[in-house]
Amino acid sequence: MRAATPVFTSLVLSLLAATAFGGPVAAETTTLRMTWYSDGNEGEVMADLLKRFHEQNKDIDIVLDQVPFKAINETLPVQLASGQGPDMARIVDMGGLSRYALDMRPFLKDPTYWETNFGPFLEWMRPPGDARAIPGFMTQLTVTGPFVNKTLFEQAGVAMPGETSTWEDWAKAVKEVADKVQAPFPLALDRSGHRFYALAVSQGTQGFGANGEPEIVDEGFKRAAQLVYDWHKSGIMSKELWGSVSGTAYRGANDEFTNAQVVMYLSGSWQTGQFAKTIGTAFDWVAVANPCGPGGCSSMPGGAGLVAFKTSQHPTEVARVMEYLASEPVLAEFYSRSLFVPGHLGLAKKGIDYPTASPEAAAALKVFTLSAAKISPIAYRTQGYGNSRIIFNAVISRLGQAVSGETSLEDAYKRITADVTQQIAERNKK
Amino acid sequence: MAALRLASLLGQRRNGHGRPLHWTDVAAYAYLAFGVVLMFGPVLWLVLSSFKTQSALLEFPPSLLPFAQVEVTVSGQQQKLPLFRATLPDGSVRELAQVRRIGLVAQMIDPADPSQQFRVAIDKRAPVRRVALATENYSEPLQRFAFLRFLFNSVFVTVVATLITLLINSMAAYALAVYAFPGKQAATLAVIGTLMIPMTIILVPVYLVVTELGLTNSLWAVILPGAATPTGVFLLRQYMLTLPKDLIEAARMDRASEWQIYWRIVMPLTLPALAVLAIFSIMWRWNEFLWPLAVLTKTEVYTLQIALNAFQGELQTQWHYLLAMTVVTLIPVALVFVFLQRFITTGIGSTGMK
Amino acid sequence: MPDIASASRPARGMASGALATLGRVLVLPVDVTMRLFDPPMRWMQRIIGARRMAYVFLLPNFIFFGLFVFLPIGIDIVFALTGGTALFPSQRPYVGGDQFAYLFDCGSYLDPATCREDRFWRGVANTARFIAFQVTAMVLFSLVTALVLNMKIRGRGFFRAVYFFPVLLSPVVVALIWKWILQRDGLLNAAITTLGGQKILFFVDPGWAMFWAVFVSVWAHMGFYTLILLAGLQAIPADLYEAAEMDATPRWRVLTRITLPLLWPNMIVVIVLALIKGAQTFDEVFVLTGGGPGTATLMIVQYIYETAFSGQVQNFGLAAAASVVLGAVLFVLTLLQFAAARRKEV
Repeated sequence: MRAATPVFTSLVLSLLAATAFGGPVAAETTTLRMTWYSDGNEGEVMADLLKRFHEQNKDIDIVLDQVPFKAINETLPVQLASGQGPDMARIVDMGGLSRYALDMRPFLKDPTYWETNFGPFLEWMRPPGDARAIPGFMTQLTVTGPFVNKTLFEQAGVAMPGETSTWEDWAKAVKEVADKVQAPFPLALDRSGHRFYALAVSQGTQGFGANGEPEIVDEGFKRAAQLVYDWHKSGIMSKELWGSVSGTAYRGANDEFTNAQVVMYLSGSWQTGQFAKTIGTAFDWVAVANPCGPGGCSSMPGGAGLVAFKTSQHPTEVARVMEYLASEPVLAEFYSRSLFVPGHLGLAKKGIDYPTASPEAAAALKVFTLSAAKISPIAYRTQGYGNSRIIFNAVISRLGQAVSGETSLEDAYKRITADVTQQIAERNKK
Repeated sequence: MAALRLASLLGQRRNGHGRPLHWTDVAAYAYLAFGVVLMFGPVLWLVLSSFKTQSALLEFPPSLLPFAQVEVTVSGQQQKLPLFRATLPDGSVRELAQVRRIGLVAQMIDPADPSQQFRVAIDKRAPVRRVALATENYSEPLQRFAFLRFLFNSVFVTVVATLITLLINSMAAYALAVYAFPGKQAATLAVIGTLMIPMTIILVPVYLVVTELGLTNSLWAVILPGAATPTGVFLLRQYMLTLPKDLIEAARMDRASEWQIYWRIVMPLTLPALAVLAIFSIMWRWNEFLWPLAVLTKTEVYTLQIALNAFQGELQTQWHYLLAMTVVTLIPVALVFVFLQRFITTGIGSTGMK
Repeated sequence: MPDIASASRPARGMASGALATLGRVLVLPVDVTMRLFDPPMRWMQRIIGARRMAYVFLLPNFIFFGLFVFLPIGIDIVFALTGGTALFPSQRPYVGGDQFAYLFDCGSYLDPATCREDRFWRGVANTARFIAFQVTAMVLFSLVTALVLNMKIRGRGFFRAVYFFPVLLSPVVVALIWKWILQRDGLLNAAITTLGGQKILFFVDPGWAMFWAVFVSVWAHMGFYTLILLAGLQAIPADLYEAAEMDATPRWRVLTRITLPLLWPNMIVVIVLALIKGAQTFDEVFVLTGGGPGTATLMIVQYIYETAFSGQVQNFGLAAAASVVLGAVLFVLTLLQFAAARRKEV
């Protein structure tokens, strides 16, 4: 009969939930939900910070719901659309979810602090047309960049290309290394439109037309797409990565890199903490400067923001939590322990110490911080564009098809343009 | 024991009277034996693989049994390291622990003296093995994969849904079997119509209905939509039609209410068909995938199948954990199979495809 | 009908004893609850009369049907005629037949690349190809297995259970089991390389991906159809076989002249049922290949699911339009099934 109790309880609770549509339970403690994903250890750091907040503010309890990155991209939007979302979430598609974002300005004690330190990034989070809202702050600024397995280069006896080398130089070098050491993945790019754009920007894509609307398939874009296509054909990029999932599904190559199966891995600064932990001293790895192309050597910026949502039943409490987390000392501690590049202008100027970083991690973060200073305006613009996710999804979905031989590149280009136009139109239909 | 059985299998002729073994008999047994291998083999392989360590799983070609390499704890290393018999350049053979293999070279250290590092070419080492079960594949992810929670969710959904299905389907079948009333034709046609509308077509609207009812992310969202099944109604109706009408008449004369007739006379007699429906319902609900995938987005309400799928998406290539969790998800079904398969297969076979 | 009665005979062994006790324990609270319903039911009966109680019995089921089947069909049509990304119909703008026009805008229906919504047509083409192979293979192997199991062999119960085992497994488990075997460094590739061949990356090649999707699907569901056909075979009267034996008819003749013709009605039912289920394939294929590589194994249901539920832009209208199309096809197939079942009963 012990089994009956949880059944009965959950029956009652479910019925309550069904009728009460998520209304608050008790008067005293407000429970807030924060959906979170982690690349490295930032989940633990955040849990720690939230615990400290709760000790100082006993009337607010925050449930930290840790989910995989996939869920943030695929499940969270569905939850928000049906009104079932959390109070706050760490998200990447700030533009796409901006219409659900809560403007915390009326609830904040010091809105100017936010404007001064998060100014340019708030643009990314605001719904189009709104120039004043303060929906959240950046949990980190990320830059894309390549990780290289130095040990494999040494074993193969091949010299690593220098700082201003082109993509073609690197592609040749990694193929040589991979052949010599039998590595299955000479060059790996995360299966993500955002990562592809890192390549595309260096090849000279402009992203937007003269009228400010996205014009995706231009010369630079085609150059980049052709490179990726040829690389898959010649085996420089293994079909297993982009081909193992389909549509817009994300697939990273971090496990493969950790297992020393990848020679060069285009990913980004957010992997630093994870690699430091999982690779340890197994082999030497470094972050290198971006390979160059006709469009320069820029990274793609990005980052995740912790954003509050309109559907929250407790905006005042949410603002209190956010203010605590965004305050300088707390945020500095967060960036420092998670090994993130700061998305806070004041802290970026002062610089963050990473005392917990291993020598490799510290060196990698240095390279990334340097890259961050050199990000091209096109990259910023593309990332900040409200419908950027639609673009990235369409690009990766169609290029994925082309690369697996299902369509030609020409067809893929047409489809990308058609997909983006259609989806933006659908989103704007009122 | 097995040999005797085999001998009797081969020796026993069709009528036991010395008729020669037709080639079709041999072919039949061969086919069946092959069937056993094909049906059970992959599952067996799954279970065996789930007990291999992560490094063992990266080996190629894979070994049959979980021949875990002997792994040793070496001071200064976080994880246990696999032990190899390595041939060093000077010709001597030593047992060394491998830190990592990179490309063509394995980094190895002497377990007794960890400061001594060796670089050995991968073709100059042979693993030291023993049969061992890597049970940490099970214990570690169970912290992340809240198996009990998901199991509870699945059990809850299955049990409650089956109970509801049995109740309302039998009531409807009773009405259609025992009564004559205006609109009976229409009602029957309506049930038939429902048969033509599987969940896959009305995915989006049911999602809307469920959202309007405020049920998203509760297990009821999974339980309720599929509770009324046309198959169930027909199955039970067919059976009830064969019950003798006089029983019901007699009960009426004894001043029993209709409800009492339904509950205390007809239902107990329909038990066999109810059992079959229950089995169907349990099978469908336990394995249900598409609908829960669409409607459950919070991890605490995931059913076991959805949780395993999400786990797969998260881990992607960490097969040692993934395999273990798959086996764990498999266990309830395997238990049911062992104890109840005769019941199930007879039930399904006898009712045909209804 | 007598068949069902025989199924009720409790399974022998320990299981039945334990089950019976379990059954009794479970039924007790339910029985009590049901008896509680008696007074209100009697009261209702007094008001509307015994005959109209039928409506009371029908009501719960029909509420569910109404809410979760009929109403959704109506809403499906509404969704298919509206656009935008809102979930609630009141927030969706009316677009008339635009969604359908978009869906059917094709240069040639046989070449998805010429269609505006190419993913849908790829889904259609893939599903058609999948069904063609899967249903054929499924029916063939089920038939052979049923015929084999019907022979007088020892341990038939055991073998029957063996073939049925995969049916009980969930689609996720089935897909993961096979995914593991088909890995780059998996069991199958190990076998191939031992025999001297080269490793094959099964999931990167569209042809292989489809092959394995069919294979895994047949593996997982064959047992179910085998049981149905077996039951059909066992319903064939034994005297026919005895008569044939007395005439010393060769085995293959018995097969083609007696067994198959009498089994034919069952086979038709099985074929149509397999077609209907096949058209709705989603579970195993989705977990096994995710629809890839590219869109080589993307099925219609996956298309509907993804268009509506995953991705940044949830296009409920387009998904609903596709659902309506699929519904029409299934409607036709279900009518076929009824016709076939009717013939069988005759």
